[in-house]
Amino acid sequence: MELLTLLQILDSTVRLATPLLLACLAGLYSERAGIFDIGLEGKMLAAAFLSGAVAYTSGSAWIGLFAGLGASLVLSTVHGVASITYRGNQLISGVAINFLAAGLTVVVAQSWFGQGGRTPQLVGDARFEPITLPFAEALREVPVIGPIYYELVSGHTSLVYIALLLVPLTWMLLYRTRFGLRLRAVGENPASVDTAGISVIGLRYISVIICGLLCGLAGVYLATALQAGFVKDMSAGRGFIALAALIFAKWRPWHALYACLLFGFLQAMALRPDVLESSLGFKVNGQLLDALPYILTVVILAGFVGKAIPPRAGGEPYVKER
Amino acid sequence: MDILPKWAEIILVPLISLFLAALISALVILAIGENPIAALNIMVTGALGSTYGWGYTLYYATNFMFTGLAVAVAFHGRLFNIGGEGQATLGGLGVALVCLHIAWPHWSLALLGAAGGAALFGAAWAAIPAYLQAKRGSHIVITTIMFNFISAAVLNYLLIGAMKPIGSMEPATSKFPETTHLPTFQDMFSTADIVLFRGAPANVSFFVAAFACFAVWILIWHTRLGYEIRSFGHSESAAKYAGISPTKIIMVTMMISGALAGMMATNNVMGEAERLILGSVEGAGFIGIAVALMGRSHPFGVFVAAILFGFLYQGGAELALWTGIPRELIVVIQALVILFTGALDNMVRMPLEKLFLALRRTSKVEA
Repeated sequence: MELLTLLQILDSTVRLATPLLLACLAGLYSERAGIFDIGLEGKMLAAAFLSGAVAYTSGSAWIGLFAGLGASLVLSTVHGVASITYRGNQLISGVAINFLAAGLTVVVAQSWFGQGGRTPQLVGDARFEPITLPFAEALREVPVIGPIYYELVSGHTSLVYIALLLVPLTWMLLYRTRFGLRLRAVGENPASVDTAGISVIGLRYISVIICGLLCGLAGVYLATALQAGFVKDMSAGRGFIALAALIFAKWRPWHALYACLLFGFLQAMALRPDVLESSLGFKVNGQLLDALPYILTVVILAGFVGKAIPPRAGGEPYVKER
Repeated sequence: MDILPKWAEIILVPLISLFLAALISALVILAIGENPIAALNIMVTGALGSTYGWGYTLYYATNFMFTGLAVAVAFHGRLFNIGGEGQATLGGLGVALVCLHIAWPHWSLALLGAAGGAALFGAAWAAIPAYLQAKRGSHIVITTIMFNFISAAVLNYLLIGAMKPIGSMEPATSKFPETTHLPTFQDMFSTADIVLFRGAPANVSFFVAAFACFAVWILIWHTRLGYEIRSFGHSESAAKYAGISPTKIIMVTMMISGALAGMMATNNVMGEAERLILGSVEGAGFIGIAVALMGRSHPFGVFVAAILFGFLYQGGAELALWTGIPRELIVVIQALVILFTGALDNMVRMPLEKLFLALRRTSKVEA
């Protein structure tokens, strides 16, 4: 394979991995605090729609970003109220949020823009434009390093760099701060956190809200950076792939990055069957590539390749006393 | 222990949840500038105002009965089967194989055979996540979600490959033979003078679904297995102590659940499309969750809730036809029903419990 083709594929790997990574980190905060979240998909979708719609109306991607975050936050608050305050079933709440987003986005998009459940094409400032990093143009002619820097490292939107920065940040927050310790403890043994005089409910709400913000970023990225506008069901199962990546990574930030890059790579390869065929020497079935993240997750979950043990208090509402 | 009287538990709580869901849906309709009352009128006349409308309502209800029962059976064993969608997809595969490869002399035998094929494939598809849950401890919700995606890929693979007739461009199997076509309500209930249910897809499998409701009721409350499933659902440790094998219960419950979801294919694949196409389940597997929650996991409740959702589905199609309200409004209503009856159950229940406690106290004081 030529270097340039490889770089193109790696470049689209990064693009496609970004929403997965953001959603995966979102899930990480929530699940580490003991709140299962299968509503990542719905929150992404809602954020994608509202950011696309507001960015189109206002002409500014940044205003769109805040609208998208808002949409996702509303849904994560619903999830928080249902699963923390009213101690409801977190899985059922997640399912409800997914459908709520799937339905509402189309209903509202149709009445807002009348284009069959999509927003008009975003142009100019309504989209996040790729950033050319310093010296990218100058270094372009340097062999090997030049093209790598120009094609792969430079030329992404700001959201991609933010997502990548969030990985070390999340690691720092979780493993090197008091807040992180508490957050992890509340997902393993909430009673001990409560005994120490720290509010379980407060911590869990904070984690659900962080989850909402990050999911929102993932959705905003879909509609205003990866593509130019919202289309019906545009999250296309990414929330679930992110969930798969989270399990694959065993709820750890750095591993989440690797898992998302792997799944992003699979998606990028699925887009380039020609390259795959020429480099492997045989034709790989497209459906197999589509299903591979899910199959891998099942294999991991089954414990055939290491065991994935979720946070112990995950999914259980905390009852202070009986 | 039981603060709420039984009637409040069974009727009042779901009704309040439904009312809340309807209220928010009405606000959504208002927000997009349509009239909710007019919308409700269109839905009622469209879905219930003619035998044609009823024919569609009951057709959808048949799908939801199967998937609702599937979720309900799993709920009794405290298992959350989100994989109805995938199991119904695989059920369709079973129906297609049975209908295309066996020469059936009569539709009734074909229906038995197809139901068996659908149940077998659905159960097999549910058995893998069940095994992984029972033996390897992988969370059944996650694995069944993954299996939904995998099932879509499997069907896609087969329909653009091995199962597509030669020369066809469409990702679908060829039409099933004439002898496997199920009688529709039009064939069954029309007389020489009056044609009822004209062109509607409701067919004989509705009665199969109704019978399945009855069979599940027998299973859950009148057999040893049903007792074991319920005890396992109430307390795994107590069930274990009583000599009930968790592995067996998880496997059997999930396979019954998968078989029920799979049998939906006798309605949508065999009864309506009469061939296997892509995406024929159309989300019915997920609606089963709403139906089971609404029906409080009781087969009779599932029966009623399935008809209610059949009405919503057909009514929603009519709305999309006559007003500017898109069909996805139904997805919103479905989400709200799941939210209120499932996740926010305590929000409805807590004030009610307080109310009933207060009532009881005052009546005691008077006595």
